Amino acid sequence: MPLDVESREAVETAEGEVVDELVVNVGPSHPSTHGVCRVIIHLDGEIVTRAEPVIGYLHRGIEKMAENRTYLQVVPLTDRLDYVGSMYSNWAYCRSVERLADIPVPERAEYLRVIVCELQRIASHMMAIGSNGADTGALTLFVYAFDQREHVVELFEELCGQRLTYNYVRPGGVSHDMPEGWADDVRAFTAAHRSALAEMDKLFFGNVITRGRLKGIGVLSADDAVAWGASGPVARGSGVNWDLRKHDPYSVYPRFDFDIPTGTDGDCYDRARVRLYECYESCRIIEQALAQMQPGPHRTEGLPRLIAPPPGDAYDHIESARGALGVYLVSDGSTRPYRMKVRSPAFCNLALLPTLAEGHMLSDLVAILGSLDPVFGEVDR
Amino acid sequence: MSGLVWGVVWGLAAGVLIAIAALIGVWWERKFSGAIQMRIGPQELGPAGLLQTLADTVKLVLKEDIIPGRADVTVFRIAPLIVFAPIAMSLVVVPYAAGFAPLDTSVGILFFMAVPAVSVIGVMLAGWSSRNTYASIGGVRAAAQMISYELPRTLSVLPFVLLAGSMRPLDIVAAWQWWWVPLLAIGFVVYLISSVAELNRGPFDLPEAESELVAGYFADYSGIRWAIFMMAEYGGLLAAAVFGAALFFGPFSLLPGAAGVVLFVILSAVLATVMMWAKWTFPRMRPDQLMGVAWKVLTPMALVQLVLVGAVVPWL
Repeated sequence: MPLDVESREAVETAEGEVVDELVVNVGPSHPSTHGVCRVIIHLDGEIVTRAEPVIGYLHRGIEKMAENRTYLQVVPLTDRLDYVGSMYSNWAYCRSVERLADIPVPERAEYLRVIVCELQRIASHMMAIGSNGADTGALTLFVYAFDQREHVVELFEELCGQRLTYNYVRPGGVSHDMPEGWADDVRAFTAAHRSALAEMDKLFFGNVITRGRLKGIGVLSADDAVAWGASGPVARGSGVNWDLRKHDPYSVYPRFDFDIPTGTDGDCYDRARVRLYECYESCRIIEQALAQMQPGPHRTEGLPRLIAPPPGDAYDHIESARGALGVYLVSDGSTRPYRMKVRSPAFCNLALLPTLAEGHMLSDLVAILGSLDPVFGEVDR
Repeated sequence: MSGLVWGVVWGLAAGVLIAIAALIGVWWERKFSGAIQMRIGPQELGPAGLLQTLADTVKLVLKEDIIPGRADVTVFRIAPLIVFAPIAMSLVVVPYAAGFAPLDTSVGILFFMAVPAVSVIGVMLAGWSSRNTYASIGGVRAAAQMISYELPRTLSVLPFVLLAGSMRPLDIVAAWQWWWVPLLAIGFVVYLISSVAELNRGPFDLPEAESELVAGYFADYSGIRWAIFMMAEYGGLLAAAVFGAALFFGPFSLLPGAAGVVLFVILSAVLATVMMWAKWTFPRMRPDQLMGVAWKVLTPMALVQLVLVGAVVPWL
């Protein structure tokens, strides 16, 4: 597709009338494309008649690169998939490796993985909610949300030395046990985070302009959500009660008491609100995990540097902040994966954009794109 | 002849006033929004970062004047001035003290409402001459928005004409009574909201909606021409604040002499701050909602206010 887009296009309507449409090229670099998404928008006045996402601007061939690295060396690559939620990609990949090579994981490591992933969910949802705010012009919400995200990132920095690409979850455990006093820092954070969430709820979701901007916009029916393979908050916003933590329980999740928030209308407002409530549930899970955790090793001892799983394949998935994130691995018995395939929830959710945006206004399009919360590292891979 | 000299002097004075107001206004908005957003705001240059805006201005003036190859050059160059000049002109009819307005005219209210409306032409021309789809959409949005909000804004100050029996701002200020404040409460709300909308400031900043149109009608502007758009925005904010403070709150009647002027400055600053506050708290509206507010909410409110005042006036 040429980058140069004709700005006018004669289109025949359903009634056989030929009208001129304005073609606006949004992206790949634009304030509200959340990275490098490009959307070609056909406008009839302010109404979007067609929105066509063009992806691939962040394609780095991570799946192919994985074929030339040892199993341990692939972990840092997975950091670059969903760079807003690196812990999830780490974990999904490691679960597949562990399944493939039959590697045991100590219980303490499972608890640490749950804690970092729920913290990651908060960080990722803060990014999503903050972007929802910025897309609709509420810049203050964006700063409030990023303040919360910053606290999580600082906790991660304390834990593993990194703020964005953690390389924390490794096959057979995690890279570091938690430092002294970290558990108290996390508890202090979850307590403060709850009141910050309540404040954001009042500031943004209770606002009459927000309701006008987000309610009834980009409505996704529950049937469509299932048919398009949507997952995560996008599907749950439409009332599809489907969360891998409950419906295909993995790790130590069955030991925790938590709820799955779902929306009713499937509009942008419900999708954003579901994310907000998921942060409350994540706080609950983190607090329970910290209470249940027992001392012990944080990684399986005696694992070889070069893992050579027996020939075969394995698929495992986890519930990331964006939905069902799966990694499929094929082994030919060597120390490198024969093939890696990532089932990316952001990619599946982004596919809904043309359907949801049609008939809405240009201003709604950015709100809809924000409510789908795509991260292009994961979409393009 | 003396009228011409007087006009030139006051034209320059208005320009200087706007430049100072923009310098302080930008600094104050950055500090104020910083406080709202748990930030510090500018702090390095001068006391409390007061010279930051001056440094930014110097940078903007020194920048290369970039004109896109596809733009209509003449119109592109003139457009910022067409936006700025009418707003600067509107400042000359504002009463700055009891019995003093630079231009004492019997149609002051009409002048203040009608002249800044010309700047919408500049906004449209800026959007059109950039030959850029974002700028075009921004320009058209701005035209629709500014024309819609003219009506409630003008209606909201008409009660003064009924109460004072004159369109001369000085007469209105002289006739001001304290009970005008409760009587004109609805009109004041309409005036404040429609002034924010008229200025294309948040939550009504659709023409320059950053997340949708990048910067809207001035997306292709840079350097000093961009700075003129910013000056126009802060000049408009200043005009709306001083005019509202002088008419709605009658500071010169409340306090005599210099104290009244001080009160007037404080009231103006408070009004400007309230308008900034709205921007940093609320999300942006959608174009159709914006029109809905203008025609379905503010215009009827202004009409109710007018009828209310009309019912009171015969009993005075």
